[in-house]
Amino acid sequence: MKKLLIVLAVFSISFTVEAQKKSKTSKETFMVDGICKMCKDRIEKVAMQTKGVKFASYDIDKKELYCIFNNKKTSVTELKKAMAAAGHDTEEFKATEKAYLALDSCCYYRDETLEKH
Amino acid sequence: MKKIFCTILIVLPLFLQAQEQLKGKVMATAKNGDVVGLQGVSVYWAGSTIGTISNEQGEFSIAYEKSYKSLVFSYVGYKTDTVIVKSLRPFEHVMREAQDLDEVVVKTKKKKSSVSYLYSANILTVNEDELLKAACCNLSESFATNPSIDVNFSDALTGTKQIKLLGLTSPYILIAQENIPNVRGAAQAYGLTFTPGTWIESIQITKGAGSVVNGYESIAGQINTELKKPTAKEKLFVNAFGSSEGRLELNTHVNQKVSDRWSTSLFLHGNMHKIEHDTNNDGFLDMPIYDQVNVLNRWQYTDVENGFVSFLNFRYLKDNKQTGQVDFNPDTDKFSNLIWGSEINTSRVDASAKLGYVFPETPYESVGFQFAYSNHDQNAYFGLRNYDIEHQSIYANGIFNSILGSTLHKFKAGLNYTYDEYIENVDAQDYSRNERSVGGFFEYNFDNLDDFSLIAGLRMDVHNLLGVFVTPRLHVRYAPWAKGVLRASVGRGKRSANIFAENQKIFGSSRQIDLRSTQGKIYGMNPEVAWNYGVSYLQGFNVFGKNAELTVDYYTTRFENKVIIDYDENPQSVVIYDAENGAYASNLQVQLNYTWSNAVDFRFAYKYYDVKSPYLQGDMSDPLQAKHRFFANAGYESTRNAKGGLWRFDVTYNWIGEQRLPFTGLNPVPYQLPENSPSYSLVNAQMTKVFSNTFEVYVGGENIGAYQQKNAIVASNDPFGPYFDTSQIYAPIYGAMYYAGLRFKLF
Repeated sequence: MKKLLIVLAVFSISFTVEAQKKSKTSKETFMVDGICKMCKDRIEKVAMQTKGVKFASYDIDKKELYCIFNNKKTSVTELKKAMAAAGHDTEEFKATEKAYLALDSCCYYRDETLEKH
Repeated sequence: MKKIFCTILIVLPLFLQAQEQLKGKVMATAKNGDVVGLQGVSVYWAGSTIGTISNEQGEFSIAYEKSYKSLVFSYVGYKTDTVIVKSLRPFEHVMREAQDLDEVVVKTKKKKSSVSYLYSANILTVNEDELLKAACCNLSESFATNPSIDVNFSDALTGTKQIKLLGLTSPYILIAQENIPNVRGAAQAYGLTFTPGTWIESIQITKGAGSVVNGYESIAGQINTELKKPTAKEKLFVNAFGSSEGRLELNTHVNQKVSDRWSTSLFLHGNMHKIEHDTNNDGFLDMPIYDQVNVLNRWQYTDVENGFVSFLNFRYLKDNKQTGQVDFNPDTDKFSNLIWGSEINTSRVDASAKLGYVFPETPYESVGFQFAYSNHDQNAYFGLRNYDIEHQSIYANGIFNSILGSTLHKFKAGLNYTYDEYIENVDAQDYSRNERSVGGFFEYNFDNLDDFSLIAGLRMDVHNLLGVFVTPRLHVRYAPWAKGVLRASVGRGKRSANIFAENQKIFGSSRQIDLRSTQGKIYGMNPEVAWNYGVSYLQGFNVFGKNAELTVDYYTTRFENKVIIDYDENPQSVVIYDAENGAYASNLQVQLNYTWSNAVDFRFAYKYYDVKSPYLQGDMSDPLQAKHRFFANAGYESTRNAKGGLWRFDVTYNWIGEQRLPFTGLNPVPYQLPENSPSYSLVNAQMTKVFSNTFEVYVGGENIGAYQQKNAIVASNDPFGPYFDTSQIYAPIYGAMYYAGLRFKLF
């Protein structure tokens, strides 16, 4: 019985360790402001060009960016900064007026009168 | 103590996974534009009784279990939203006011056919709207409004249309249905007529080598058709068609959702033509008498949450054609040497299954499996000549999609297996054979998400008759500036030529078949091998504020070996032999698309072909291939009225230049063909009145100028004599044809 428990314990620990090892890859979803297909393309492109990002998919309706990345190489904070630098607001980092105005005119998501398309 | 310690260690990870609370904040945009918390919003898990209400700050906390996926937000005056929850990460949700519901939709007209600016390969997508422009009725006739594909009549007997891409006939094109090759082997001659047009959802035409995923056979390009899916909105679709020459077609589709995950459809197609025509008074039917029954049952399984999609297809086809002299009666005159007639009877069974799995957490990883079985059984006679072929085929393909580091670097890797069994009899001669191959492929796809992408594919196959060989293919795309895309491709293809199945028109003549064997393994011939090279440039621009696109394509196919079907050596024979190096097909196409307004668009194309082969008589242009062709199409579509009604007009003009005709100088003078065919024009037009989303009618005409080839059949007055030949067709045989049809849909 004792032996069995120890074996189980070792298994359980190794699984936990395995899980931690694997967790080098993070899967995160966070808010990024955008309004159109061009925003989507840009946001995904900026994410993909960030070192360590494996996958990026932006949902225009939910204004959410889903990223899979190597957390040893980048982080959500880094990604949010990159978004802000490209002109897209996130919760923590807002795009500068300059970066925002550099967007194509169809992408002015701060403008409430601009219809969604 | 130790025991307790162990127990804790075991149990600890379990606790970590125990039930937790999902926290979040629900908000709305206030009058002043600020986003503020919204109080009193009902938040609940779809399909459960677990719910809560947001507090003053809009915050909420709700019990979470792994089985819960969809979180619903509901509040009076706001649009109810459902959010898919993937993890316990707190999140914010912004509600939109109900008046936002009627969103302003920005209208840009969806293009009916288009070349993408983004794909590496030169792929033209033809969608359903474009397919509606084609009058009738099956896949072989679906390319009439498409300048990349040339549609020709194949012979004077069967009324079958043959397609050419880059100056090469359909055997050099890999023709697949939902990525499973299907018009191949015994089906080459008539296979395109076995897919009714109404079944088709879209067609993708790849010029140049194409992908390695579906095999090594494609040389000029690939055509893939996607059929309508069982999950389509309409429950019932009916299409009836009738034409002035007496062709009748009926299509019925029924789609049914069986359960949350299963949907099914039943497609029924029937066509017939029973009226005898001989407008050119040569004693032969201008088009065959025929009937066809074609039934497809499809099943689709979709489980989005777990990432599974599957399709099952079952198809049965029976097609009968009778042609030849008007007085021919198959019951009494079969194999008689007084009245010349022919029957071509085909039955075919198809079964296929597809299974796809996408890893839900890593959507860039997926596995797919395809399996297909078919039995194609054709029994035919042409006068006194008998031709029977039965082809059984098995195709299996497994594909794994993933990435190398990031989705900028994707790859596909997999294995496929094909088995083809041919039982073939030409008169009394048995040409039966089996072909088996196993292959592995790897295709790498790079995309910098901006101006450059490439697809590099390599496959290796082991084939019992073709040997062990490697098939490399490369496609590159570069966008030097806005709306400009430069593409280049190179690739190799290899195939076994089914000399009889692909050239059945030989049998409609008195030509003796002269096989000059080179000790190859397929009818004594070696495999056909070719390299295809292509460059293409697409430039979008504005003219008077309207969109226009100019495309210039140049493709050339160089054969390392081609099996030549030589009609020139002697008008009483057809000589078949291998030609090593020297055969080639080059094609230049310049196309201009112009969107005049949201309602009107134009397409113009000029095509130049240089297709030559080393014949026994020396290097010559291939017969029945125009050097120059011109194409124009104009389309009009009115805006939809409140009921969904509109008008559609479409006119297509084709000018076909002179074509070299095979040498017939040894025949008596009345049985000689001119050296070249005259050039001629064809005009097709169609008008559709859409009354509502459920009902529309259309009328149209084909070959409105009623151009007819004179003396379509050589020695039609002496079909059992040595000069009889129905295989040299360069233009329509039947004159103008008018038709009308209706489409009815029930949702």
